[in-house]
Amino acid sequence: MSKFVLSVLVENKFGVLARVAGLFSARGFNITSLAVGETEDPDTSRMTIVVAADEKILEQVKKQLNKLIDVISVQDLTEGEHIGRELILIKVKAPDTKVREKIVKVVDTTGAEIVDVGKKSLTVEESGDDHVIKALVELVRPYGILEIVRTGKIALRSDSE
Amino acid sequence: MTKITGAEILIKMLLEEKVKHIFGYPGGVIIPLADKLYSVEEIKFHLTRHEQGAIHAADGYARATGEVGVCIATSGPGATNLVTGIATAHLDSIPLVAITGQVNSSLIGNDAFQEVDMVGITRPITKHNYLVKDVKDLAQVVKEAFHIARTGRPGPVLIDLPVDVQVNTTEFKEPSLRKLKGYNPTCTGHSGQIKKIAKAIEKSKRPIIYAGGVIILSGADKELTRLARKTDIPVTTTLMGLGAFPEDDPLSLGMLGMHGTAYANHAIQSSDLIIAIGARFDDRVTGRIDEFAPNAKVAHIDVDPSSISKNVQVDIPVIGDAKAILKELNTMITKKEREEWHKMISEWKKELPLKYKDDDKLRPQYIIETIHDMTKDKEVIIATEVGQNQMWAAQHYTYTKPRTLVSSGGLGTMGYGFPAAIGAKIGKPEAIVFDIAGDGSIQMNIQEMAVAVLEKIPVIIVILNNGYLGMVRQWQELFYDKRYAWTVVGGEKGTVCPDFVKLAESFGAKGIRIEKKEDVKKSIKEALKAKGPVILDFVIEREENVFPMVPAGKSISEMLHGLA
Repeated sequence: MSKFVLSVLVENKFGVLARVAGLFSARGFNITSLAVGETEDPDTSRMTIVVAADEKILEQVKKQLNKLIDVISVQDLTEGEHIGRELILIKVKAPDTKVREKIVKVVDTTGAEIVDVGKKSLTVEESGDDHVIKALVELVRPYGILEIVRTGKIALRSDSE
Repeated sequence: MTKITGAEILIKMLLEEKVKHIFGYPGGVIIPLADKLYSVEEIKFHLTRHEQGAIHAADGYARATGEVGVCIATSGPGATNLVTGIATAHLDSIPLVAITGQVNSSLIGNDAFQEVDMVGITRPITKHNYLVKDVKDLAQVVKEAFHIARTGRPGPVLIDLPVDVQVNTTEFKEPSLRKLKGYNPTCTGHSGQIKKIAKAIEKSKRPIIYAGGVIILSGADKELTRLARKTDIPVTTTLMGLGAFPEDDPLSLGMLGMHGTAYANHAIQSSDLIIAIGARFDDRVTGRIDEFAPNAKVAHIDVDPSSISKNVQVDIPVIGDAKAILKELNTMITKKEREEWHKMISEWKKELPLKYKDDDKLRPQYIIETIHDMTKDKEVIIATEVGQNQMWAAQHYTYTKPRTLVSSGGLGTMGYGFPAAIGAKIGKPEAIVFDIAGDGSIQMNIQEMAVAVLEKIPVIIVILNNGYLGMVRQWQELFYDKRYAWTVVGGEKGTVCPDFVKLAESFGAKGIRIEKKEDVKKSIKEALKAKGPVILDFVIEREENVFPMVPAGKSISEMLHGLA
């Protein structure tokens, strides 16, 4: 099974998410991530779905998605250039000032930001493509990760050559 | 402007859609609608005895007439009783609008009395569904529902209607279909692709047309016949496609697949080009998929892109309405004769015809053939239940016109035939309507006899009574060492349970039991004269089997023939 990125433009109505998700769950596919939000037109939303699936069955899912009345269009962004971004928040163990300073230094070398400072933890925020997110997670992992939350990928097709 | 209630808006829209018949059953939250509909003379309401009967009747009405069938049920159990019927229509692409009552919108999600999430339950078995939360949306929803049900690949649409939305009032605003951004059913096919099919036909030595129910749904039977006759291509149909091509035409191979004719299966296996039209390469048709038609190029015409290359890899796909595409294809073809190919086929036909033991015993195949012989000059609709009765009805009746077979193909719903026959008869009162049934399946919706009697709907129920759930018993005989687990329904030999003659009489209908072959014609003649419904209870050879048969999971070249 390989990973696919689908961008699905849908009607901004109740029940649409369940219809879309149902097509994946009915075939036993786990959605890796799903991000939904309004578009430039408040009547429509865009869903970015990352899913691990068998290619032939995914082909069928794409056709079934297109059949849903509330789905306006389906783009497969897996192949070809696209801009993909995700936001992550990582809560890292920081039991004392020494460790805290180390983490701050490490984070400073990246584009990430410390957005919350607790007595025994720091929360780091980063947004970027898969590589940036993965690199940051690996960078802070040695200090002990307490919690991670991610938005899931959002993506648009690239217009640059 | 004056304000009107949700129920009144719904009725206004139903009248606009020219709905003449509704099948249904009442309950608490649908009373406001029932009350308004009560005084509408243009729409006849048929009160069934079970919601499943209502939806199958609406389905039978739709299949017989080509119009959208409409049924209404209340919330909760009334609504869930529609589920089997919705799935039945969904798998066979039948246009239906099912309206269910729902609890007051302020109570939704509270586990209120008779509340179920009907939109959630029916999401995977409808073409689309709606929960109407505001009376202002209702007209728009009904307009869309009918449009979606009947266009593209047709299918069932459900409207869940809370009781408060039925009584709330608003000004009526003319709805518009422009709001459906995500729904553009493709209509005409791509000319370049159609040209490719024409070229493939020109080149092919052993082409075959494999036609499905879509020919009937899109009214493309004339175009299909023209294509086949001009290019001299034999035609086999699916169960749903029976009637799409006249079976008395020499080019007809009848049905293919698990219980198809041997010559249809051999022909498709030996073909070098399959022209599939509105058929979906179902597992009952293809048998073992990797051994299906190994040398054939596949052209596939279908309105639903998701049907293309779903089961079989397609070489020439054409998306669009079958009728429009065949019309265009017919302008590109040239006259052909295929002597060699037909010689091969006629040898199979001679060697392996559909046959049964024609002795003095009462056999089901004889009954079906006799019904055909006695009524072939008249307008007839054959409804069926599911199982051996369905397959014998498919094999031994000669279908020559579309919309003459009403049968649950995709879902295989036992209990479908009788209510569907009632719906078909209401839609086509001039037709003689038979329900070919087994003694098992007829018991699943026999309660609808009350409707048939009270509304004087003369449907003829032909029970092929063998005391078994015959199709499962046949599998047990052939593959499970004759261990008849769970399949004996009629009691021991010599006893009857139930007594279908008395059962018919208890409803006020006519019932005749037939035990001898020589009484078959007489009984059918009597049934044809009756003014109301009739049960003909034929006590047939108990262990008669449906042949030919392709065992599940085998290639369709490997047929069991039964008779040596």
